[in-house]
Amino acid sequence: MIKTDILIIGAGPVGMFTVFEAGLLKLHCHLIDALPQTGGQCSEIYPKKPIYDIPGFPEVMAGGLIDNLAEQIKPFEPGYTLGERAETIEKIEDGSFVVTTNKGTTHNAPVVFIAGGLGSFEPRKPPIPSITDYEDKGVEYIIRDPEFYRDKKIVISGGGDSALDWSIFLSDVASEVTLVHRRREFRGALDSVEKVEELYKAGKINLLTNAEVKEINGTGKVVSLLIKHKEKGDIIQETDHFIPLFGLSPKLGPIANWGLEIQKNAIVVNNALDYQTNVPGIFAIGDVNSYPGKLKLILCGFHEATIAVQFAYNIINPGKRYVMKYTTVNGVTGFDGETKKAEAAVVKSIG
Amino acid sequence: MSDINIKIKDRDGVVHDIEAPTDMAMNLMEVVRAYELAPEGTIGICGGMAMCASCQCYVHSDHELPEMSTDEDLMLAEAFYVEDNSRLGCQIHITLDLDGLEIELAPESEV
Repeated sequence: MIKTDILIIGAGPVGMFTVFEAGLLKLHCHLIDALPQTGGQCSEIYPKKPIYDIPGFPEVMAGGLIDNLAEQIKPFEPGYTLGERAETIEKIEDGSFVVTTNKGTTHNAPVVFIAGGLGSFEPRKPPIPSITDYEDKGVEYIIRDPEFYRDKKIVISGGGDSALDWSIFLSDVASEVTLVHRRREFRGALDSVEKVEELYKAGKINLLTNAEVKEINGTGKVVSLLIKHKEKGDIIQETDHFIPLFGLSPKLGPIANWGLEIQKNAIVVNNALDYQTNVPGIFAIGDVNSYPGKLKLILCGFHEATIAVQFAYNIINPGKRYVMKYTTVNGVTGFDGETKKAEAAVVKSIG
Repeated sequence: MSDINIKIKDRDGVVHDIEAPTDMAMNLMEVVRAYELAPEGTIGICGGMAMCASCQCYVHSDHELPEMSTDEDLMLAEAFYVEDNSRLGCQIHITLDLDGLEIELAPESEV
């Protein structure tokens, strides 16, 4: 069981900044995120978009902000459980919480911060009849182990980086790769598009553009797909696997069943005090929470995180006195023992 | 007055006659959110960067709309339930020319 002081669900910018503010109060943090990397939406949806309303940064790329936050929190040695979704929460006898992920990893902390944004990112499923019946029977929305596809016939659909990159990678693994996309133009990175074109010309990828998978056929498992092609009409494509890669979309998910007060897909908190939910010890900060006047801005999330950790300190250290310190005064001392602080002024006498 | 009138059919089929300001640099997706015509978290997920298609709508009136950017076009190429009259609401800015616009919100994508 992973033990920490503050267990943070969601490793987006607000969850990450919590580690810093908690670190200043000597509290250790551990982050859980369904995505395999930190940064939440900033990394997953818009890493190359500039953000203009982070105080002190006239312009910063979303991905750059995450890189900076990672560096800022590094001295506080956060733990990470990435690529796993927080599934259940249980309050145990000593009043602390046990959070278990979909992969069975357990975490224990006296305080839980939910910084889950709009929810955990789940694959978008194309509206193909009975697609859910074929899930794990030849239909996969996420490629977990490329070796699973060795010497198999696969069809990938989508037009973004994920569809392109996996088509390229699996062209050396699978016996046959077919990439289906509704257009002739792809949204992915130019070099990936060029590589796919090269592999298509070399006969290593079948490319079906202006085409769309409309039906899945097979008894008990995927056997073939009906693909509608704009010019060629219906095509029956035999395949062992169908992998639709249409990106991810956030969903509040299991958190919605944790007994927290939910309003408009968000967790209701007490913003007049501490951003705590209706369950004492569970706080909600950033885009995932709701209160009168709420603004879903990263900068507001940073503020909420800062306030909430002060109250988390009181839960974790009851009765222990503390006053907030400015980082300019004593610098920042990480859990590695290293201190970052301003250099002492050089005193030089005159004459 | 710098407001225009727009008819928006929500995902439950209910038609709303709403007034949208032209002087607040708003787009259709934001108007839908401002009037709470779709649940928060199901529309405008990417904030309006043509990067998620959660604000897809069907344009029913014959207004002349801003030309589709490559970003919007390629995002729609990966969206679901796309029709010939599909647009991303976040890419349609509210201007006086759009007075009387009639749109319908596309269904939410399954996850």
